[in-house]
Formats: sequence, C-alpha cells, structure tokens
Amino acid sequence: MASGRRLGRGGAGCPAPPGPRERAALPGRAVGPPAGRGGRCYPALTGSVAGTGHGAPSSSQVFVVRRDQDIYIQTLRKLFNESHGIFMGLQRSEEELAGKSRKAHLVQVSKNYRSVIRACMEDMHEAAGKFDPALQGQYSTQVSILSAMELIWNLCEILFVEAATAGPLLLRLLDWVRLHVCDVDSMVREVLSSESPSKHKLFWNVVDIFVLQGRMDEARHLLSKEASANPTSMNMYKILDELMKKMPVPSIGNTQTLTELELKWQHWHEECQRYLQDGTFASSPHMESICKILLGDEDAILEKKELMTTWYHFLVTRLLYSHPTVKPVELRFYAQSSMDLFLGGESSPEPLDMILMAAFEFEIHQVIKECSIVLSNWWFVAHLTDLLDHCKLLQSHNLYFGSNMREFLLLEYASGLFSHHSLWQLGVDYFDHCPEYGRVYLELHIERIPLSTEQKALKVLRICEQRQMQEQVRSICKIMAMKALRNNRLGSALSWSIRAKDAAFATLISDRFLKDYCERGCFSDLDLIDNLGPSMLLSDRLTFLGKYREFHRLYGEKRFSEAARLLLTLMTAHIAPCSFWMTLLTDALPLLEQKEVIFSAEQTYELMRCLEDLTAGNPDKQKFQDDDVETTKVEMLRLALARNLARVIVKEGTVEGS
Amino acid sequence: MLTPCDNRVSIWSAGDLGNAGLNGEYHGEPHLLCDIQHNGDVMDMQFLDQERLVVASSTGTVTIFRHHQNNQTLSANHRWEKAHYHVDQDTSCGGAACTGVVCNNPEIVTVGEDGRINLFRADQRDAVRTIDNADSSTLHAVTFLRTTEILTVNSIGQLKIWDLRQQRNEPSQIFSLAGDRVPLHCVDRHPNQQHIVATGGQDGMLSIWDIRQGTMPVSLLNAHEAEMWEVHFHPSDPDHLFTCSEDGSLWHWDTSTNVSEKPSFLHQGGRSTAYLSHSTINQSVVSAWLSNDPTKDRMEITNLIPNQTLSVNSLDVLGPCLVYGTDAEAIYVNRQLFA
Repeated sequence: MASGRRLGRGGAGCPAPPGPRERAALPGRAVGPPAGRGGRCYPALTGSVAGTGHGAPSSSQVFVVRRDQDIYIQTLRKLFNESHGIFMGLQRSEEELAGKSRKAHLVQVSKNYRSVIRACMEDMHEAAGKFDPALQGQYSTQVSILSAMELIWNLCEILFVEAATAGPLLLRLLDWVRLHVCDVDSMVREVLSSESPSKHKLFWNVVDIFVLQGRMDEARHLLSKEASANPTSMNMYKILDELMKKMPVPSIGNTQTLTELELKWQHWHEECQRYLQDGTFASSPHMESICKILLGDEDAILEKKELMTTWYHFLVTRLLYSHPTVKPVELRFYAQSSMDLFLGGESSPEPLDMILMAAFEFEIHQVIKECSIVLSNWWFVAHLTDLLDHCKLLQSHNLYFGSNMREFLLLEYASGLFSHHSLWQLGVDYFDHCPEYGRVYLELHIERIPLSTEQKALKVLRICEQRQMQEQVRSICKIMAMKALRNNRLGSALSWSIRAKDAAFATLISDRFLKDYCERGCFSDLDLIDNLGPSMLLSDRLTFLGKYREFHRLYGEKRFSEAARLLLTLMTAHIAPCSFWMTLLTDALPLLEQKEVIFSAEQTYELMRCLEDLTAGNPDKQKFQDDDVETTKVEMLRLALARNLARVIVKEGTVEGS
Repeated sequence: MLTPCDNRVSIWSAGDLGNAGLNGEYHGEPHLLCDIQHNGDVMDMQFLDQERLVVASSTGTVTIFRHHQNNQTLSANHRWEKAHYHVDQDTSCGGAACTGVVCNNPEIVTVGEDGRINLFRADQRDAVRTIDNADSSTLHAVTFLRTTEILTVNSIGQLKIWDLRQQRNEPSQIFSLAGDRVPLHCVDRHPNQQHIVATGGQDGMLSIWDIRQGTMPVSLLNAHEAEMWEVHFHPSDPDHLFTCSEDGSLWHWDTSTNVSEKPSFLHQGGRSTAYLSHSTINQSVVSAWLSNDPTKDRMEITNLIPNQTLSVNSLDVLGPCLVYGTDAEAIYVNRQLFA
C-alpha cells in the first residue's frame, strides 16, 4: 500500500521512491496524517497515480493510494499536540540557560518527548481492545512502530543529548535495555506466583535474564529461593551470591574514579575466575553458566540468545561483564562485533538495527537519514533533529537548496500538518521557527486552508495579522466578503472589508445597497446602514450611503431644512456618484414642492447648476431625450426649481416684520 | 470539500467530587465516559436538562443528544437539520454555521452565520418561530435576558435585545460600541443583576453594558490581544468573571476585593458585617462592574494559564470548578478555583 509520501512524488516518468519491499522489516506505514512531500499531497480520500516503474518507458504501474484509517489519526493526534507543546517550550527557553543546567534541561525535554510517545502507545493499547479484530493487526503495527521510535530516541538521548561519559554510560545503557528489550515482567510474575518458584521451568530463565541485565539484587533474591529449596547447593549458592553482591559497578555520583573502578573490577574478575577454575560450580550447570556470564565469557552469554532476543542486549551485557568502563568512542567497535556475533551470518540486519548501529557509531546524520527513509512520517526526525540541533550537535549540513537539515525536516513535517483540517494550527508554530523559508512556506500554505466557518477564517486571519502578512489578510478577507455577498449577507461582507480596510470592496457593497434601493425603493438592512459609525469613512461610496440614509431619516423626521442642506452637500461635495445624481434630484422634488420654502436662493441655484451639469454632460444625450420618463422628470425638476426660485426670491426680498 | 468525519461529542467524568486526597487535592484525571460522532464542527453547546445536551453544528444543524447514564451512552434524540442556511433551505450546500445556542428548558434559541434566529421547543419537530434575516451580519452569540427576551451580538459590533413575545421581526433595542464597529463574539448576563451585560470583542476588549441606560457600554476594558471567544459570569458568585481568548489566555476578573469600599458603619464588629443583607452587598458589587473610575477600581485580574500557546476556545464555570478547552486539543479542569 503506497503511503501518502509516495503520492507526492508520483507522476509519469518520475523515478519511483524506495518501494514497499525496502520498508518491510520495520513496517513503515504512514504514521499520522497524510503527510505528503512538501504538503502538496492531495487530501482526497482515494486516488490513483499512474507512473512508470523505475523510469523505464515500457512498464507502467498504477498506484492506488488511500488515506490512513481514521483510527491512526485519532490516537496519534495526542502525539502531535503534546509534542508541539514541548517543541514550543524548547524554542522559548533557548536563551535562558547555559552550561550544566542547559544540558539538564535538554535531557528533560528529551524525556518529555519520550513520555509522550509512551502515553500514545498506552492509548493505542487501550483503544485496540475496543475495535474489531480486523484492525487489531494495524494497531499492533502502530504500537511496534512507536515502540521502535522510543527505543531509538532513548538511545539518542543517552549518547547525544546527555552524552554520558564512561561509567555512567554503562548504567544508562543498562537502563535502556531493561526498559525496552524483552519484557521480563510477565515471566517473573509467572514464576513468583507459582507454588515453588525454584521448580518452575522458567526459573533459571528468569535468573539468567536478571543476570544478563545486571539486576543483581533480584537475581540473588530468586537464587535464595533455590538455595532454601535445595540445601545441598547451599555452599555454591553462598559463594555465587557473594560474588554477585560484590560486583563493582559504575556509580552515577562519581564517588569513585574510573581507575579505582577498573582496579576493583579487575580484582573481582580474578576472584570469579578462581572460583570457576576450582570447579566450585561444577555440580550445577546453571550456576556455572552464570559464573561464566559474570566473567564475560562470550560463548556463555551467546547461549542465552533467545532470552536476550536482540544484538544490542547482547552488546550491553557484554560490556557490563567485560568492559564496564567503556568509553563512548569505543562503542562502535563493540557494537559492530556484537551484531556480527549475535546474528552470526544467519540473518541480515533490519533497518532498525542499522539505525541503532549508526547511533552507536555516533553518525548522527546517518541516524536521521535512515529514520527518514524508514518512517513515512516526518514527526520523529523533525523533533529529534531539532533537539539535537539545540544540543549544538549538527554542523550546518547544507542541503542542496541551501537550508539546513533541521529546517528542512521541520518544513516537511509542518507542511504535512497543513493537509489536516485541524492540525494545521500546530504547523504554523513550526514554520515560525524556521528562519529561512518558514515564512514563505507559511504564506503559501495559509491561503489554502479551506475556510468552512467564519471562526476558522478568523483564526487564520489572526495568524496572518500577527505576522504582518498583509497580502494574505487582504486575500482571505476578500474571499470571505465575496462569499458573504453571494449569500446576501451584506453586513458580514462589510464587516470583512472593514477588517481588511478594503475600500474597494466597501464600495462594491455600497453599490449593492444602492442598487437594492433603486430597485425596491427602500433600504434593506437598515440596522447596518443606520449604525455604520466611523467605518463609514472607509470608502466614499460607503460614506455616501450613510449620509443618504441620514437624509431619508431627516426627511422622515420632518427636519426638512437639514435634509435639504445634506442633500445639497451630497451633490456639491461630490460625495454622490454621478449615476445617482438623478435620484438625488428626484428626491429633492418633494422638498421643492413643499408649502414652505426650504431651499434658499443660493441652494436653488446650486441645484439648477447640478441639473444642468447632469443633462449637459451626459454623453448619451440622444437616448436621454428619447426616453419619455427621463425627459418628464427633467422637465418637472426644471419647473419645480424655477417655481422654488421664484418663491424664495420673493421671500428673501421681503423685509421681515412688514 | 472534505467534511471531517472525526468530530465527536464526548462526555467526561472529571473525577469524583468526594474523592479528596490528604491535602484536599483531587486525584484522578478526567476520563471519557462516552462519545458519539458529530457531523461538522461543534460551534456551541449547552445542557438542556440533566440528561439532554443541545449541540450547534457548523453544518447548520442543531441536535439534541441524550446521555443515558445507566449504560453510559450518548444517542441523538432530535435533530433540526438546516436550522441555519444561506439562500435556500433545499440546496445541499446551503448550510450556514449555527454559531450560538442557549437553552431555557424546554425552549432553545439558536443563531447563526445566516443572521437567523430560531426558537425551538425540545418536544416539537418544527421551529416555533424563526426570524429570517434578523441581522444583516453574522450573529455570534445569544443569551437569555429574561424568559421572553434574548440578547444577541453580531459581527458589526451591535448588541440587540429581542422580545420574543412580539410578533414583529425587529429588535426592541440596539446597542453599539462608540468607535469602530468591532465584531462582538460573546455575551453573558449578570446572574442576579439583569441589566448588567458583558460582551467580548474581536479586539479582545471586554465591554460592560448597563442596558437600562444609554446605547453605549458603561466600561471598556482592554483585555486580550486577540478575539475573546467566551465570557462568563460565575453563576453563584458574580463578582467573578471569566474570559478566554484566541491569544491563549484565560483571565479571571475578580471584583470581590471591592467589598472594602463599603461605608464605614458596616465595618463595626464581626456580627453586623456578617449580617449584611444580600442587597447591600450586591449594591457595592454593582458599582464595581459599572463603575467608570479606573482609579477606584480594585479589580484583580489573573491569567490562569501559565504556559499559553494556542487559543482557548471555550470555558465554563460552576461552583469551584473551571473547565476550558484549547486548540491544542486539550481540556483542562481546575477544581479549586477559589483556593
């Protein structure tokens, strides 16, 4: 099954990306949202891409792709959200700490990431129980992927973030092995809960595994049961117990120097050697093999292959019993030889093995590269690389298009998030922390988010405004305003154009209102026009609309002189569009016809001038004259104006009080 | 367009209230009791009664879910499809988001992006009343003022009162902000003093209105740096107000410290102060919310979120409990609000 990543690169003639076979060992099914290369993955549920196999023109293949099951997304969302929080915390704390506390902080961050992975695994375990058996298989695959990720991350934390030195290094590796490799607990429970544990068939297995993992106290505890059940071996038991108790191990607190430890260890080793050679344990093969293990005998350890299950367990056990003061730089040799000895040429290393080997060899870039190939989601590599970058471990490893590896991976991961209808918000923050290309990527992606509700649009807008992306603000507001306009929500459309300070659109809306008015003779949405407030000033047309409505209100309230003044201002101050002058003049008619004279002489002259301007300047003079209604109107106006002029001249000429 | 099909309405148990630990702290995280799939984004929801929950969807549908407590399941009890739509109810893509819902059993009022107000009754199939084109812009929120009157806020910064007893489709009163018509996103009424109303705007501003007088807010408080999504008075302790915002913060506004402003005779002796009549207390509290004097205002404002990242979309408060949800897909429960 092709993953989303594949789809992004499909196409006729393109060389195909590594095929599914190469990922079989570590099932690298798409983890998380359909992460396409650069986020240009089509969010379609199903699709197919035709492409040639390996660039060869003859054979063609059709790739059928489909989105991940929802279930994966459901349980992994926690991973994405929580890790986003940790990521942001890490970026913000950058400048604050230095030196030792910084390292401790970085280790804590690493632990936080790991605990999120583990929490996710637990959720998936729980959820797996609820779903039908068909999906169980997929769930267990997911869980194993997550478990592998945690394994790798933990090792990287020990080797790179904490950079454990010789001594503590071994202890950390022991913890790592105990935590991740071969689940001992169920075996232990079984043995301990039986009536006589020492007779249980798994008893010696458990003791062996305890010894192999350096869990001396627990091993001794079990052995004491055997000793009490089997008094004849009491002597042997006492000696072995003593040896196990005295075994020198590195301590965290550095209470002893490495040389001291080595000396002690040497003495202890010799003592064990003596006991073995003396044949003390000859009568009990189990105890003898334990003693051999204590001496670091490779063959003895290798015999317990099935218990250890992995070569890296073997490696750590080997180190524990032969080189407890191993230095980090020496790890690579032991790792390589351990793997060779363990696998013994029977099986070839799997991708996970190669990744761990690269880690032991301190080849950080190799680790990241291998993980990128094997896992089909960028989550893991993006966050790990970012953390390692904060540890100042990555030199500026410039990729061919110039940005560094950390940024490249973060960009890819965030782009993948953008194809999800809700997780895109996390992607924004990731882009913010990519100094070179983050902004450009964000600008391109943010415009393509489907805006299904106004609330979503508002969130997107807020993001753009906070980052001064004016173009995107304008374009998104225009889209929303246009949608609103088409749905006849003029108020919403206006509100969007106010947000974008888009005068042109405000003009458009006002024209729409005016058109409605002309057609119907009354205003729609009075609640909007009456309450425009200062937003009226956004565009001339809008101002006109507001003022025109005010004129109507004044007229309705019978405040004629004010209305008249307003009307005249609308025309003379050129607030009104020329197309509307006729309507305005027609509105002036009832005022002219009033019993009481409203327009003064000056005003009447102005009106007449306007009328003349209108009729004279009209290019379509011919058509104008042919239209009866128009001509009648003009004539009526001329008549009314003349009559008004006459009356007002008389009125103004009359001396008051006479 | 893809309709995300993984939205769910869930019921969580926030832990047994009687399960206090040694120092009175609550142990145990909220755990999921039941959930059900929901079509479209959940824009708003409110409990109708102990068992039923009304949910407003971005598809324009309003659904009543019933929570069956015996077997812990949710089922859809009743659904009003296309309660909100643009242009034509019958076209398939004409749905408009239902942005707000408020209940007063058995009445349910919803508002939406289509500027429509619907009045439903829980037991009736069709809407009791619909006011089409009540507003030319989007109605963002609705709340009851009295049992027969509702308050709505819209995206051109207006607060409107609608009297549902009257048959005309006009608001009985319109209030608006003085300056720019900044959209208002949320509204809540003081639980005891019905004339005090709080609204939150797109610029994060908190406005307190006295609807008995004037058409403009009594006080404007510069609060958040981005849209204020919800505002709530504490239902039993209305000296306290809570607001949450797109900028990721949740503020607790506390005017109860203003009690020290009481006249001197009330300070004499413990007994008489304890004996204060409820109305007197409310009097000084009223002045707290409505007072315009910032120098006298001893309001304590605290941000309840230490590390804010993404938006806090919704909150609710009851007794000592505060619940809020963020865009990081996390729900937080604070059970000791006044500790």
